Amino acid sequence: MATISTGRVVGKWQGAWLQVEGRWTWYRRHWVSTLYSTGLQPVLFLAAMGLGFGSQVRPGTVTGGLSYLQYIAPALLAAGAAQQAVGESSYPVLSGFKWQKEYLAVTATPVSPGQVFGGHLIWSALRLTLAGAIYAFVALFFGAWTGPGVLLVILAGTVTGLACTAPMAALAARTFDEGQRFGLIFRFVVMPMTLFSGTFFPIAQLPAAIRWLAWLSPLWHGTQLARGVSIGGVGGWAMLGHLAVLAGLFAAGWVLAHRAFYRRLLV
Amino acid sequence: MTTVEARAGLLLRILPPGLYAGRARMLVERSIMVSRASWLLFVSGAVEPFLYLLAFQLGFGKLVTEVAGPDGRPMSYVAFVAPALLATSAMNGAVFESTYNLFFKLRYAKLYDAMLATPIGPLDVALGEIGWAMTRGGIYAVAFLAIAAAMGLLTSWWALLMVPAALLVGVTFSAIGMALVTFLRSTAQFDYIQLILTPMFLFATTFYPLSVYPEPLQWVVRCLPLYHAIELMRGLATGLLSGGMLINLAYLLILGALGLWASTRRIAKLLLT
Repeated sequence: MATISTGRVVGKWQGAWLQVEGRWTWYRRHWVSTLYSTGLQPVLFLAAMGLGFGSQVRPGTVTGGLSYLQYIAPALLAAGAAQQAVGESSYPVLSGFKWQKEYLAVTATPVSPGQVFGGHLIWSALRLTLAGAIYAFVALFFGAWTGPGVLLVILAGTVTGLACTAPMAALAARTFDEGQRFGLIFRFVVMPMTLFSGTFFPIAQLPAAIRWLAWLSPLWHGTQLARGVSIGGVGGWAMLGHLAVLAGLFAAGWVLAHRAFYRRLLV
Repeated sequence: MTTVEARAGLLLRILPPGLYAGRARMLVERSIMVSRASWLLFVSGAVEPFLYLLAFQLGFGKLVTEVAGPDGRPMSYVAFVAPALLATSAMNGAVFESTYNLFFKLRYAKLYDAMLATPIGPLDVALGEIGWAMTRGGIYAVAFLAIAAAMGLLTSWWALLMVPAALLVGVTFSAIGMALVTFLRSTAQFDYIQLILTPMFLFATTFYPLSVYPEPLQWVVRCLPLYHAIELMRGLATGLLSGGMLINLAYLLILGALGLWASTRRIAKLLLT
């Protein structure tokens, strides 16, 4: 029996873009209050660690002969992206299901749960790129960049962020309590990841026994990617490897999140 | 009302009636019962400064081996950072407890509305919340000191005084945080809290000595409350005491008293009118 729809069915991409449009409307009104997480936080870290702490560090073999500021500038972009991505895919996603319930509202229209998740991903990618661009621009005045690779660093940041966004959204979509586990994720995953992923010092300084933990973290791969495109020192095959790990994490997160969104939104 | 009158002390006679009922410990009891449900998150607060110490021992300490200590003589970098990390974690713990948690209790859970319907006053609420933040901060401080001592980062018996110092830092920041959070209207504004905390964490001589800054900026840094907390901790950890530490102490005490006064007034205003 054929059903005749009276509503206008949206296309595959259009449904996701409608989400992005909704977010953009919100963002236009609230962008000031999110300025801190968008670009300002990594800039502050660059000023304190790059200029302040860096004033105590002598350029040497560890920093590849560069000043400490130039050494950590690309890595801080990746670290900022990872933090922003985890932040935006934790409470905000749970809120879409549970508190504000905008996901439920949207799926009451012809937009599918997959499109809701797709919209979240596209919006995340846009925000990450914007944050990266703002950071790259400000860091320019610090003298943090050594060459024109900056534009690629922004992309590396977005890729790193997306590799964190998808798995985190999958976790948030499977969270039914008040989100207590997010606090644990921030403490036991994000914070150690930021400290021990080669952002501030090479992971070669870690004891071999815990070095493998850094290899697991998406941020280490992102950091290597960001350094590779801006100051070099990372081989071509290694770069491909890092990119593949990030893409793999993103894909795995996507599959899990996609399934979780459908399970939670299709009643 | 008979039980309240029976316990009436000096405070009750000084304060305006209804502000204080001598039951602040009921709030602490409630917080203990709540935190039993999320004990892992509670414990993780002690793990965080340890991870920082580890990062500085393994990584940062190899980039910078020595910095100028409180008396100008060089000291090991990890020992330089450790007391600052304790001050920062006391601040962070207190602020998170008294802002995010308080905000949800105040605006969404309507917890205090319920409490004030019983014989409990706004000052009980303020004191109880601060008392709980102190307990929590004290436990973390003891754990941190034990780890730092085991790593050989403490060189003086004065370091034992870092526990009461951490409690004072906790009280000051939770009182101030509580007063400020009553002005917030939505969760989106939590970014403003981070906007104050992170720069303070990064620039209040946590990671490098004050002498790095040019002269005018040094005076800006000297105004930050966290700077005074760090100075106090660093002096105690190294045993290099100076008269300036009395100023640091006074600064924190005055700020804490101001915060307590303001938060009581604000909670009373929000809930009783």
